This record gives sequence, C-alpha cells and structure tokens, in this order.
Amino acid sequence: MQTLIQFTIDVLSLGGAYALMALGLVIVYGILKLVNFAYGELIMVTGYGLFLVNGSGLPWIVMAAIAVCIAIATGIATDYVAFRPVRSKSVTAVLITSFAFSTILQNAALLFISPRPRNVPLPDFFSQTVEFAGVIVPARNLITIVASILLLVVFAWAMKKTVLGIAMRAAATQFRMARMLGVPANLIISSAFAISGFFAGVVALLWIGRIGSVTPGIGMEPLLVAFIATVIGGMRSLQGAVLGGFLLAFVNTGLNYTLPQQLLEFRDAFTFTLVILILLWRPDGLIRGPATGQRT
Amino acid sequence: MLEVNGLQVNYGAIRAVRDVSLRVAEGELVTLLGANGAGKSSTLLAIAGALRSGGTIRVDGADVTSWTPERLVRKGIAMVPETRDVFPDLTVAENLLLGAYTRRRDSAGVASDTERMYALFPRLKERVAQAAGTLSGGEQQMLVIARALMSRPRLLLLDEPSLGLAPTIVDQIFDMIADLKRQRLTILLVEQNASKALAVADRAYVLRLGQVAVEGRAADIAAASDLEPLYLGG
Repeated sequence: MQTLIQFTIDVLSLGGAYALMALGLVIVYGILKLVNFAYGELIMVTGYGLFLVNGSGLPWIVMAAIAVCIAIATGIATDYVAFRPVRSKSVTAVLITSFAFSTILQNAALLFISPRPRNVPLPDFFSQTVEFAGVIVPARNLITIVASILLLVVFAWAMKKTVLGIAMRAAATQFRMARMLGVPANLIISSAFAISGFFAGVVALLWIGRIGSVTPGIGMEPLLVAFIATVIGGMRSLQGAVLGGFLLAFVNTGLNYTLPQQLLEFRDAFTFTLVILILLWRPDGLIRGPATGQRT
Repeated sequence: MLEVNGLQVNYGAIRAVRDVSLRVAEGELVTLLGANGAGKSSTLLAIAGALRSGGTIRVDGADVTSWTPERLVRKGIAMVPETRDVFPDLTVAENLLLGAYTRRRDSAGVASDTERMYALFPRLKERVAQAAGTLSGGEQQMLVIARALMSRPRLLLLDEPSLGLAPTIVDQIFDMIADLKRQRLTILLVEQNASKALAVADRAYVLRLGQVAVEGRAADIAAASDLEPLYLGG
C-alpha cells in the first residue's frame, strides 16, 4: 500500500512536469505545425534568470516570477528572431533557424556565464520532506503535483472560455479561415509562444528544484521529454500532450521501480522500446487531433 | 463599393486568374459564373486578402490590394469559403462567437446577433453545443454563412454555397440569399448552379480561363442560351 502511494505520487509529480513541458511544445506546434527546437533553452534562461537575480535580496517568489517573465520574453523573441522572418519560406528554413537560435542561446550561456553548473536560489520548502498517508515524500513533489494540476485546469478553462483561447483552437485547425474572420495571425502566434514560454518557465522552476543548479545544456532533456510525450500523445492535440506526459512518467517511474539494479542504467532503452511499440500501434499518437491543418 | 481591376493570381507557375475586372455597387447582388478552374474561387480569396495578387482591389475607393485578411474583415468584408471551413472541433456556439471576433467588445450586440442567427437557422440552435465537425453538410453551410454574418459585414463573399447539398437545402440557402439581398446587403456570389444564381442576382460575370468572358444583367445572360456552354463548362 505504501509503495503504491509512493509510486502514485512519483508518477503524478513527474507526469505533471512532463505534461507542462509537452503542452508548451505542442501549443506552438498546433498553430504553426513546426517544432520549436529552441524550447529547451526557455528552461535554461529561466534557470540563469534565477541565478542572476540571486543575491538581490528579493523574496524567492518575486525572483521566480522574474525568471518566468524572462522565459516568456525569450519565447516571444524566438518567434521574432527564428520564426517570423522565415515563416512563409519553408519548413526546413524554420527548422534550421530554431536550431540556430537554440545554439546561440546555449553558447551565450557558455561564453558569458560558465560551462559549469551554477547554483540557483531555492526556497527551503523545496528541500523539506513531508509525511503524507504514511509515506515520506519530498515537498517539491507535492508542489509539482499541485502546480501542474492548477495550471492544467486554468489552461483548459482559458482555451474553452476566453475568446483568445477559442481563436487559438480555431487557428490550430484552419488558420486562414480564422484570419478571414479577423483573428490577427501575429497575435495568435505570439500568444502561443508566450504561453509556451510561461509553461517552460514554470517547469524550469520545478525541474531545477530537483537538481538545484543550472548548466547551459539543461534544456536538452526537457526538450526530448516534451517531444516524446507529444509524439506518443498525438502532435495535433493538447489533451494528447498531457496524456503523453503522464504516460511517459508512468513508464519511466514504473521501470525505476521494477527494473533490477544492473539494468536500471539502460532504463531509457526500455522506455524508447515502449515508445516505438506505441507508435507502431498508433502512428498518429494516442489522441488524434482534427485532420486538417494548414500553415499560413 | 467593390472595384477590382486587372486582378491576377498565381499558384507557383500556374496562373489561375489572368485578368479579372469587376465592380459591385452598394446593395447589389453580383454573381460570378464559370466552369471549374475558371478562377472564380481564387478571385474571391484574393478579394478577401487570403491570396497574394496583382492588379488593384478597391473598397469604397480605398486601395486594399495589400491588406491582410484580418484588416479587410474590419473594413466589412466577410468571406464564406467553398470548403465549408467550419472549425471542426469547436462547438457551433464557439464558431459563431469567432465570427464576431472583430466586435468582441460589444458583448450585448454579439449576444443579440447570436439569437438572430438561431432564429434564422433553427437547426443550428438545436446543435449549439455540438462540435461543428459532426454537423451535416447543409448544417455546416448554414453555420459558415451565419458565422460570416456575425461580423455584420457590408460585403458578403459567398463561394459556392450550394455545393454538394441536397436540392431542398439548396432552395433554403437561396431563399436566404434573396432575404439578405432584400436587407440591402452587398453580395458577390460564386456559383456552379448558374440558373439559381442568375435568378437571384442583379448582374453577372462569366469567367473563362481566368478572364472575364461576358458580363451583363443577370436576366440577359440567363436569356442568352448561346452563353450556357461558357458557364456550364461546355
């Protein structure tokens, strides 16, 4: 019983973080049909944002808000620098510019800060443990669960009830038609990047909360996780991204619990085998979004 | 109200519209006929700002050739596209709400217009909360027309509203177009169903291979049987 509770909390906290990462990636993909390969760097800039405001004497929550704002600004900057100038040209061009932007940001961090890990300020409650239903769990796991559920609920509400949210869902299937109703293309795209940056920023706080420090390459794993989760869940569907995130966390945590010690270092090989099997079974991912989808 | 001069539209190396000039006066219903591939839909999409084009397009005397689609909507131009571009995973109510995107601050006006649309299309009211992708072809056509009207347009661009619909539904759609005309809405109608379009229109243009082949009063064109092969694709 205790193992089950422990397992559930582990899956939910990892899954919540994965789901937010995947959602941040798929919100841009849904609208532009393009993967933003500079997504991982949004997590990196949040980390360095925290590192840079460290020692300012501000309360942690203010520093965290500043760091998330930096991620949002960087997300919007990705649109202006890497996407907007070449959006109408070709998919390959945008692929390369987003890789280039990612490399530039990483190298800027290497050059101007350091290749070595930098500690970021974290509040005390991140490292505390609490007893919950007879098991001892790190408080940050519970924070991650609460934060991700809260964000997912607010996000789902906003996409259903606000005009901007409805317009974004519309633009994800019929962008040109949405424009012919007066929905401004650039507003929709910039909003998608801003939301993407916001999710990346929040995930970064939770993710770095586990590690305690930031390196220039920190965004690689979240990008990969987000990408895999969206592929499993279905690239065209927001629910798919969330489902994929939780499923990937379930698989990873399940393997952590069941694999014998000497096989544990090969965990990713087992995970990816499962991913391949899922894709052989459902090549479009688990949740198939609407089939149409034009870029503009 | 609308004045198009020397319009050209290219898809890569293919020239879909070579040289189209047309005029639509305030309150007029003008129909654009022609065989498949004559360039009718491309002409409409260019007027709506969705296709890049050569030549000039003027609305109320202002040159709008290089305007974006979203800006043209605010000028009062609404497009009802051929492909029944409903937003398939949005509900009927959400589709209508987006139709009023340019008037989203005026929530009272939007609410009363929504009710007006439901009165006009009772079928839509029964399906308010249903995803638009699950509607029948006729219902989807009603939805795209209602959605376009939600922006309170001054010029309605209708692309093949009868395409693929059952005859009784086609009659309903044309009754409604005649109604809109009585309300002095300016309409540019592209149709394959030439006899119905000519019956309701004031004037007509017949396109052939991306050019205007004939223009004239709808009644005259309907009477001239020698023109039939042109717009029937003979």
